[in-house]
Amino acid sequence: MQGTPDARAPLLELRDVSKSFGPVFAVRNVDLRIHAGDIVALVGDNGAGKSTLIKLISGVHAPDGGEIYVRGRAVQHWNTATARRSGIETVYQDKALAEQQTVMRNLFMGREVTGPLGLIRLRRERVEAEALMRRIGFTSQLISPDSIVSTLSGGEREGVAIARAMFFKAELIILDEPTQALSLTQAQVVLNFVRRAKSEGSAVIFITHNVYHAYEVADRIAILDRGQIVGEFRREDIDAVQLVQFMQTVARQGAPTAPRQV
Amino acid sequence: MATLAEPTQPSEQTRPTPAARSSNVLMNWVRRHREFASALVFLVIMFGAFAIASPGVFLKPQIYGAIFVSVPISMILAVSLVFVIVAGEIDLSFPSLVGIAAMVFASVVTAGGNPWLALVLALASSVLGGLVNGVLVAYMGLASLVATLGMNFLLRGLIQIIRQGNGAPLTFLANSDIHALMVGRIGNLPVQLIWGLAFAAIGVVLFTRHRSGAQVSCVGDNIEAAREMGINVRRVKVMTFAYVGLASGLAGVLSILINNNFFPTVGDGYLLGVLAAVFVGGTPTWGGVGTVAGSVVGALTVGSIETGIVAAGLTGYFTQFFDGIVIVLSLVTHRITRPRTRAGRY
Repeated sequence: MQGTPDARAPLLELRDVSKSFGPVFAVRNVDLRIHAGDIVALVGDNGAGKSTLIKLISGVHAPDGGEIYVRGRAVQHWNTATARRSGIETVYQDKALAEQQTVMRNLFMGREVTGPLGLIRLRRERVEAEALMRRIGFTSQLISPDSIVSTLSGGEREGVAIARAMFFKAELIILDEPTQALSLTQAQVVLNFVRRAKSEGSAVIFITHNVYHAYEVADRIAILDRGQIVGEFRREDIDAVQLVQFMQTVARQGAPTAPRQV
Repeated sequence: MATLAEPTQPSEQTRPTPAARSSNVLMNWVRRHREFASALVFLVIMFGAFAIASPGVFLKPQIYGAIFVSVPISMILAVSLVFVIVAGEIDLSFPSLVGIAAMVFASVVTAGGNPWLALVLALASSVLGGLVNGVLVAYMGLASLVATLGMNFLLRGLIQIIRQGNGAPLTFLANSDIHALMVGRIGNLPVQLIWGLAFAAIGVVLFTRHRSGAQVSCVGDNIEAAREMGINVRRVKVMTFAYVGLASGLAGVLSILINNNFFPTVGDGYLLGVLAAVFVGGTPTWGGVGTVAGSVVGALTVGSIETGIVAAGLTGYFTQFFDGIVIVLSLVTHRITRPRTRAGRY
């Protein structure tokens, strides 16, 4: 990293970031700023580049062009490990759970709480896991830190994945389609979590193609189309109907020529 | 806050009520160590059958002294293979890694070198071989099945070329310290059993209580998830192959010290028996889960079949047939005792 950390600088800033796979531009010239406590919804149709964009932020892919700044400092050697060290936690669409392992092992995957000789401090992990599961809302006696993930329902698995992101007091939590394939009640649980994360000072990037879910929790909504951010709105500046109309226009005609509204 | 749980769908890990808890301690243990328990029950039944067939042999300690001569070698190899298989890979090159280590040990001691130095060099050579396997699989992206099959031929060929097909007698070590400490006897028990059990005990701790075991399991379970969670999945895989190398080195030195003789094909005979021991022990083939303690039981099961058959009065011709019966029956047992899950995988 270069430069000095700046308290007023955005938590995360992308400047002119692009990524292509062969001849296909998955993400093109994207600028995005996330400040502490921001909830930003990234909305776009299938294939709009949402997944690639979050993989760039979380360090799975390195950008082909442009720069990523964390707290005002340009990052070098951006990968999943450095992203996590910078306080960025990602809950992927596949939830990144090892299904044959226990909830506890999944919560601490890659960051086991170890004592001497690298031995895992199982008792401490169990205590932490139980506290965390209560916080995220696992109230059922049927599920313990020793439950095997493959025995959990889809909503419960999402809960495990989100609990894992919460544990390390992430400054930025990226949720990739967290409400997809969830029942209405369980989607509300996830949206409640997003609000709770904000109240604890975390920023959240929330990827969805459900405009109404985005509208319920987001401070800002960015619309992605064919790899570009084609519009970025504060929630108070637009209502959900206008937002849907804007997206339909974009889908029909491509990016509008009008300047961005933020 | 709403609960994420769906109470209508029971979980495998149902918590007992406090009243039922104390009486359920055994059941809970069995539930958590299902594969190991199933392998153990199978072993006990098999020895029960042997004892009924020839009580004069199996109720006396001498037979166990005989079984424990060679079983520790399979035990060490099987323990290490559990890690590779749980990591989602396979290693078929360990017979030749056994051979490489044995050759290095034999060459150093016959040239007059210190046997303990020879042991260290032997271990280093097989660990190096394991590292090559790991790099071929984890960094070059070769399928471990074919890569290690190739390495098995390559290393065995190397032994044949270097030794020109010749063995080497090691009878001059029969009264040495290294012989007494590695493969001597304490009463009726071969010392190598202590080495085997010690290696297995360390294996159990590494697998169940150490971060390396946790990471091996996660890598084999969901490699993408492991990568996303910041685990260096390539390094984890390379380490499992190096671990098989280390085990093979120890097995190789023990093997030729037991026989007081190096022969260029040493290790070849272990391939199928050791693989069978891992699966009989309860480790499934698909990665992510396994049991190190089970592989010890599996090695004991597979290693006792031949002795049991001969003691029961059948000829050696029956050995392979009963090997097959025992392996298939034990796999059926594991299949029956395996829990059903929502994933529908089993």
